[in-house]
Amino acid sequence: MDSFASLLHGLSVAMQPGNLLYAFIGVTLGTAVGVLPGIGPALTVALLLPITFKLDPAGSLIMFAGIYYGGMYGGSTSSILLNTPGESASMITALEGNKMARAGRGGPALATSAIGSFVAGMIATIGLAFLAPLVVDLALSFGPAEYFALMVLAFTTVSAAFGNSALRGLTSLFIGLALGLIGIDLQTGQARLAFGIPDLLDGVEVTTAAVGMFALGETLYVAATASRSPDKIEPVRGSLWMTASDWARSWKPWLRGTLLGFPIGALPAGGAEIPTFLSYSIEKQLSQNPEEFGQGAIEGVAGPEAANNASAAGTLVPLLTLGLPTSATAAMMLAGFQQYGLQPGPLLFTSNPDLVWGLVASLLIANFMLLVLNLPLIGLWVRLLAIPRPWLYGGILVFATLGTLGANPSAFELGMLAVLGVLGFGMRYFDYPVAPVIIGLILGPLAEQQLRRALAISQGNPSALVETPLAIGIYVICALIVVGPLVWRMVSKKPLPVLASSED
Amino acid sequence: MRAFTQALAGILVAGALATPVFAQELKIMAPAAPGGGWDQTARSLQQALQTEGLAKGVQVNNVPGAGGSIGIAQFVNQSKGDPNALMVGGYVMVGALIANNSPVKLDQVTPIARLTGEYEAIVVPTSSTIKTIGDLVAQLKADPGTVSWGGGSAGGTDHITVGLIAKAAGVDPTKINYIPFSGGGEALAAIVGGKVTAGISGYGEFEGQVKAGKLRVLAVSAPERLAGVDAPTLKEAGINVEVQNWRAIWAAPGITPEQKASLISTFEKLHGSKSWKDTLAAKGWSDTFLAGDTFGGYVTKEVEQTTAVLKDIGLAK
Repeated sequence: MDSFASLLHGLSVAMQPGNLLYAFIGVTLGTAVGVLPGIGPALTVALLLPITFKLDPAGSLIMFAGIYYGGMYGGSTSSILLNTPGESASMITALEGNKMARAGRGGPALATSAIGSFVAGMIATIGLAFLAPLVVDLALSFGPAEYFALMVLAFTTVSAAFGNSALRGLTSLFIGLALGLIGIDLQTGQARLAFGIPDLLDGVEVTTAAVGMFALGETLYVAATASRSPDKIEPVRGSLWMTASDWARSWKPWLRGTLLGFPIGALPAGGAEIPTFLSYSIEKQLSQNPEEFGQGAIEGVAGPEAANNASAAGTLVPLLTLGLPTSATAAMMLAGFQQYGLQPGPLLFTSNPDLVWGLVASLLIANFMLLVLNLPLIGLWVRLLAIPRPWLYGGILVFATLGTLGANPSAFELGMLAVLGVLGFGMRYFDYPVAPVIIGLILGPLAEQQLRRALAISQGNPSALVETPLAIGIYVICALIVVGPLVWRMVSKKPLPVLASSED
Repeated sequence: MRAFTQALAGILVAGALATPVFAQELKIMAPAAPGGGWDQTARSLQQALQTEGLAKGVQVNNVPGAGGSIGIAQFVNQSKGDPNALMVGGYVMVGALIANNSPVKLDQVTPIARLTGEYEAIVVPTSSTIKTIGDLVAQLKADPGTVSWGGGSAGGTDHITVGLIAKAAGVDPTKINYIPFSGGGEALAAIVGGKVTAGISGYGEFEGQVKAGKLRVLAVSAPERLAGVDAPTLKEAGINVEVQNWRAIWAAPGITPEQKASLISTFEKLHGSKSWKDTLAAKGWSDTFLAGDTFGGYVTKEVEQTTAVLKDIGLAK
């Protein structure tokens, strides 16, 4: 019960009025920057570091943690309402959330995402407090071979985002994989598909691609087909709040999303994207109404949002216990620790218990504040959709462009946004799903690097890929996902449905 | 919406706000994303220059990409003749410009001063059977492929150091089994988790894990032993390699000798100031100050040596 007493003590530190104020400033700033695509929490913390130098360590770290969590909330708001995923991890939220928002269900979509984030944030933060040492052992047992297995698992589940044609989905996925090849190859340092353009050496920025293909592509599509398209955006239809059936359909995805997000977020190369992909796919598999997926299924918002937020807490596990920053924001927080002469790591919990437990406690408080801040705003947010369409889409264009420029102020990036927007328009026009492009762009390079690293370490011996029980276990899960549904149908003697892969 | 935009505008201009009057208004480009070493150097300079009143205001802007190749190209094109424009950079840039075949070279910018430096450390997990740098080199000589080195990006300081060690030990540098990782965290996890034979990076990256007893330092790439680090230098171990991952500041091309002298004097004053000493101590950076043309000559030598190593390990033509 030692941790519990420490946590209570931490709560008393975090509840001091000064620290509450820092937490409030943090969550407000975080929500604001999260809403704008491109300006992420990492950049905000970087800009604030020199200013906070004179504050006391606990206060400014509490503020940074608030920014981190706030950014996650803000990112989902713009994804749902405007289809402009502010960061790659909220891309999946945009898939179902934006469909819900257009059908007048923006209120429940924002609510399930806010409450799901809250639930996930709470559980994961408590997990951070009590399970950190266990999770760290798991995290360190992941090497390149295990990561590659995890990527294979993620690839086996991407078909959930394919829409109704596997062929079209695969085509999109391969476009994404090809885009992912652009830039300097990390393993050899050689440029690939850069055509001598220095700006391409770092590859295609995922947020630029997501904003271009989702927001720009859609704006162009609406502009091109407006006179013919009967579909109208309804700001509110039915209840603004979640109905009983929404709650019933949301709570399990929240918990499952948390279970995926927290441990994968704690992996040094896990990230926030993979758990959102996995969660989306699982929810589609388990849903009573899989046909709603792609049309605005609430499970598809609830699960991935919970996974996204739980992974944010997961990232803090290696940061606090090992001093390993595994995301850009965590790296900035590490710099924040170091500017006060604190070295996160195994010794931090014993050398500065007030600070660590104060931080954990303030995460709980920040999470609560975010819920209080976000729920009443939902009514206000959904009104955005009542703006006449030409203005709304004009606004989305400005917003998307500003965000991209804010993250990377170069004319080239703007050109890239435009090109990807046109690509997104073309794909939408010819009825190809755009989400698999972004998934391919994210997973392709990750899978490639891990595979090549694993093979380099084993000097080319492929058996190294299946040497550990962990890797084998993940491959078994992959096999179950692929074969499982077929076997299940055979056992339950239901006829196999017509395969969705037949072209339309 | 308005409140958000205002809050955002507030954050963006906060760094640019400063007190008025006489001293220079400086612009420092960090040719990397926020959070990395160059960005931190630029922001620490911003803070120290303003605290000491050596500059009226300092703006930092980030131009990330390709190890500084994008930033330096933009700096040379857009800041030509601007006496207030500065750029942070370092040894990583030397390698990146060569490996990326950059049309812009470091001799096109005006050297002002080398500011800080960090030496490389070679580590193994505490549980490893390799006890000394001698053990590691013996294994490297016997079969270079079996020694997997985990470190930063291909062609960076870590990779170059491994190439130099192989060469000094008489091993074919093209045979080294170097595993690049993109972020410091991921590399560290692989090293602590025993996924690679040895790890190589700036000592600061490893310090926490060394103190916690998870990693053992085999050697450092410094000219003499580092205070507080219980490990020999590579030279002591008979490997004639000395590498410093330095960071420095340059001015724009085409400025007058008077403007150059004035900037050098600003940074000499900064170097002597308390603010800067405090910053170095807080960040754990070694002071390796070297100003003006002496620094320029040093860069030329580093470029020559690095070009040779990168050719040896097959990263440059």
